[in-house]
Amino acid sequence: MFQPRSIQSSLSFRDKLLSIDYILVISILILGIVSMFAMYSTDGGEFKYHTKSHILRFSVFFVMFFVLSFIQIRFWHSSSYLMYFIFFMLLLGVKYFGLTSSGSQRWLNFYFMNLQPSELMKIGLILFLAKYYHRISIENINKIKYLFIPIVALVAPVLLVIMQPDLGTSLLIAAGGIIVAWLAGVKAKFFTYATLIFITLLPIAISFLKPYQKARILTFLNPEKDPLGAGYQIIQSKIAIGSGGLFGKGFLNGSQSYLDYLPEKHTDFIFTLFTEEFGFFGSIFILLLYGIIIYRIIKIGNITRSNFGKLYCYSFATAFFVYVIVNMSMVLGLLPIVGSPLPIMSYGGSSMMAIMLGLGIAMSCKIYKDIPVN
Amino acid sequence: MFSSGSGNTVIKSKLISRRMFILSVSKAIVVVGVLGRLISLQINESKKYKTLSDKNRFREWKLAPERGIIKDYFNTEIASNKQVYQIHLIPENTQSIEEVFFRLKTILNISDNKIFLLKKKISKQKPWDPIIISDNLNWSEFSRVNLFLHELQGVEPIVSVARVYKDNSSAHVLGYVSQVSAKDLKNKDYLKNMSVPGIAVGKTGLERRLDEEIIGKVGFQRYEVNAYGKRIKQIQVDQGQAGKDFTTTLDLEVQKYTTELLKDNAASVCVMDIYNGDIISLVSSPSYDPNAFVHGIESGYWKSLISNDKKPLTNKAVSGLYPPGSTIKTIVALSALENKITRPLNTVTCKGKIELFGEKFHCWKKKGHGVMNMRSAIKRSCDVYFYEISRKLGVDRISETAKKFGLGKRVLNNFIEERSGVVPSTSWKKKYIGQNWYLGETLHSGIGQGYFQSTPIQLCLMTAQIANGGFEIKPRIIFDKDKNNLKEYLKFKNENPGQPLPADLLIANFDLKPLFRNQENIKIVKDAMFSSTNEPGGTSYGSRLEDKRFTFAGKTGSSQIKRFTEEQREAEVKQESLDYKSRDHALFIAYAPVSDPKYAISVVVEHGGSGSKAAAPIAKKVIKKVLERHDLRQSINFQGEEV
Repeated sequence: MFQPRSIQSSLSFRDKLLSIDYILVISILILGIVSMFAMYSTDGGEFKYHTKSHILRFSVFFVMFFVLSFIQIRFWHSSSYLMYFIFFMLLLGVKYFGLTSSGSQRWLNFYFMNLQPSELMKIGLILFLAKYYHRISIENINKIKYLFIPIVALVAPVLLVIMQPDLGTSLLIAAGGIIVAWLAGVKAKFFTYATLIFITLLPIAISFLKPYQKARILTFLNPEKDPLGAGYQIIQSKIAIGSGGLFGKGFLNGSQSYLDYLPEKHTDFIFTLFTEEFGFFGSIFILLLYGIIIYRIIKIGNITRSNFGKLYCYSFATAFFVYVIVNMSMVLGLLPIVGSPLPIMSYGGSSMMAIMLGLGIAMSCKIYKDIPVN
Repeated sequence: MFSSGSGNTVIKSKLISRRMFILSVSKAIVVVGVLGRLISLQINESKKYKTLSDKNRFREWKLAPERGIIKDYFNTEIASNKQVYQIHLIPENTQSIEEVFFRLKTILNISDNKIFLLKKKISKQKPWDPIIISDNLNWSEFSRVNLFLHELQGVEPIVSVARVYKDNSSAHVLGYVSQVSAKDLKNKDYLKNMSVPGIAVGKTGLERRLDEEIIGKVGFQRYEVNAYGKRIKQIQVDQGQAGKDFTTTLDLEVQKYTTELLKDNAASVCVMDIYNGDIISLVSSPSYDPNAFVHGIESGYWKSLISNDKKPLTNKAVSGLYPPGSTIKTIVALSALENKITRPLNTVTCKGKIELFGEKFHCWKKKGHGVMNMRSAIKRSCDVYFYEISRKLGVDRISETAKKFGLGKRVLNNFIEERSGVVPSTSWKKKYIGQNWYLGETLHSGIGQGYFQSTPIQLCLMTAQIANGGFEIKPRIIFDKDKNNLKEYLKFKNENPGQPLPADLLIANFDLKPLFRNQENIKIVKDAMFSSTNEPGGTSYGSRLEDKRFTFAGKTGSSQIKRFTEEQREAEVKQESLDYKSRDHALFIAYAPVSDPKYAISVVVEHGGSGSKAAAPIAKKVIKKVLERHDLRQSINFQGEEV
């Protein structure tokens, strides 16, 4: 409000380059490189399809992240609703034109890639709500009337994703939305109400779950009950992680993964594979990288002037944290297997694209930190 | 946005930061939780999970060891191994077991019943453990399976080894092997870790007796396998250890010769070295094909063996129980001399029968033998003479001497099927029958009838111990170089040709226990046996060998199955005219050669009628054969050593 246009116009390309958070960039790069090695190991120590594809995706989306960083924060603010709308339309498109694979309809075929719009919606909802809460005044936040739009904006995509069916992603989308609402100052009692309503509706929701989803939840409660059936994934993952020990079995020596005991090793269980080969210290290394990334995003939130930027960075950092922790808890047997990728590490273009988009917007908040948003 | 808006923004910003702080604290708590879990899995429980991971990774397949070879004294293999073609199935590797069986059925002609049994077995074992579909295929069947192998996923053609017995002559001594049974696994400790598909265990005879040593050590192949059970690479191989080979004291040539001689008779022959107890031959007849058991016996053959009256599966030489009949007269005479009941020249007059408390005791010769002394009584096998001296001697003294010479107890060590027989005495009767002894029973015992029960190998040992001058020997069937005292004996023989063995040398070199009080008594019995075979009127005179090298001394015996009725006795019914099952068992014991005894023999022909007609002629031939091979046997013993 004080020197609005002058600062923006005074930012030269050099200033912008200098104000990039290089620690964040380097951390992302290191994580990307680590993920390439992990992917190389899932391919059995050969330079094969998954590795090549992963490297290509990381490179493309990393460049995208860089380019997006230079886009004005105002652009992100003004196009938030539009982006949400586009992602929502894509989700609707999935419902009618989506590709079906192993029983769920999640993807749209875009020739150069199969896009999973639910991943993008993770970012879309955060953007939407960040803008929404940025715009309404503090007095109105806890008025029922003003709660209506956020609830619809959250529930609609979540329902669409649940119907795909994709329980994991829908929960993560919802988590993102709830985080924004919480940070914006929605009173705790509303969350309590929501929880109560959720619990009452739970039995009905469960009756809509597919048998395999029910089995997964039951399995989580007692994995050893049916070791060769539904509990297999959790047990094998725990064996892989535990047998890694302090230092791991060594690169390309993870017997659990290369002898195919480990399921879904490219995607959800990539952390298991990595830590089987690199042990406890490997796990700590990965956790540290994620910690740095999350911390740097929060720091951007701290220095960003606009509440939109703050809300977005805090929410995105927290959501990023949730993605990481949910995935790790899952492979460690602390949560049921619901299918959630580990950001950047896991194989999957849409997830990579969404995360890079999210990071790009956060970096834009850093470059244009002093720009107010209206 | 107005000025209040600006204030609004700041308040909002503070609210957001406050809320973020709360979130950060909860994040920290969650991170601690995840870290704790990592520490517990990767540090605290790492060992457990490493074990589990290895359990996933490695899978072992056990390898059946090769069974040790059993050889005869001349190093001829009598039980060896041969290559066999087998078909194994690993259930885990098949796509559909039903389909595989359906295909195999057409290729190999397997019966539905066998398939049913195989399926039952599969359901009981681990899916990666191979099961043997067929363990002994001929080459054409085997190559047919190989031809269709691409359609038979999970089926593995295997070239393995299995037991093979060259001929049937030693079937009873060697016994046979067969698939391990649940009972075997339960009862035999050494089989605990040997549950390998295709392993065979000894069921009878030496195969059973030596099983623990001859079976070998199980090997294994350890493979790294993937989650689908596919073998990725071999990590470790332990070929195991082939079983120990054994050399026996048997002479395969004599075994074959004797078996041929006995043919279809229900009979047995036992030949023993009288000095070191080496069993040269142990034949039971009729024989059977031990190879039939190795791969599971056909029910038809099994039924024919079981229903055969002559009991081909029984090793009659060690587990056939027969009253010793007149062969016991050697022991009774010896006992009488040792106990000074009578002197060799004291006489008894045989009138064909005697009466005792109103009961008649008949001599086998109705007309009687006339005046008999000890030598002539043994020579002509006079029953009345032995009624008389056993009456004076009493059963307990007979029993004592008989036991000393090896009757009433097992001869071989750990031969499961061997039986111990009965040497009756007053205390024995009290204990096992619960009645007092009658004098009449002493008279029956004195001619080897009544309660007396002995095995052919016991009779052979008894004869051997008389023949060697009355020294205890320990019969053996497994050759033992260290305990081969024959060397000392032969050394003396070579240095002092023609000289009889002095007793002190025997005792010193053989660690032998004398079984006599006065060795003269033994000599008297031996001389009487000589007369029985080599003097006219002797019961086995007709079977004598006149060649000095082969001359033997023996004693016939017949053990009564049914007592003759008075009418039969009056009518002088011949044994040959009785139906087979009622005829007496024919027995004969002997040692040879007379001039320098080396071997003892016992022959029992079930329902042979009389010892002189049925048993002695067989003994004559076997003795000749054994003595002919004596020099060869000796030469083996002195391989590479100075004589």
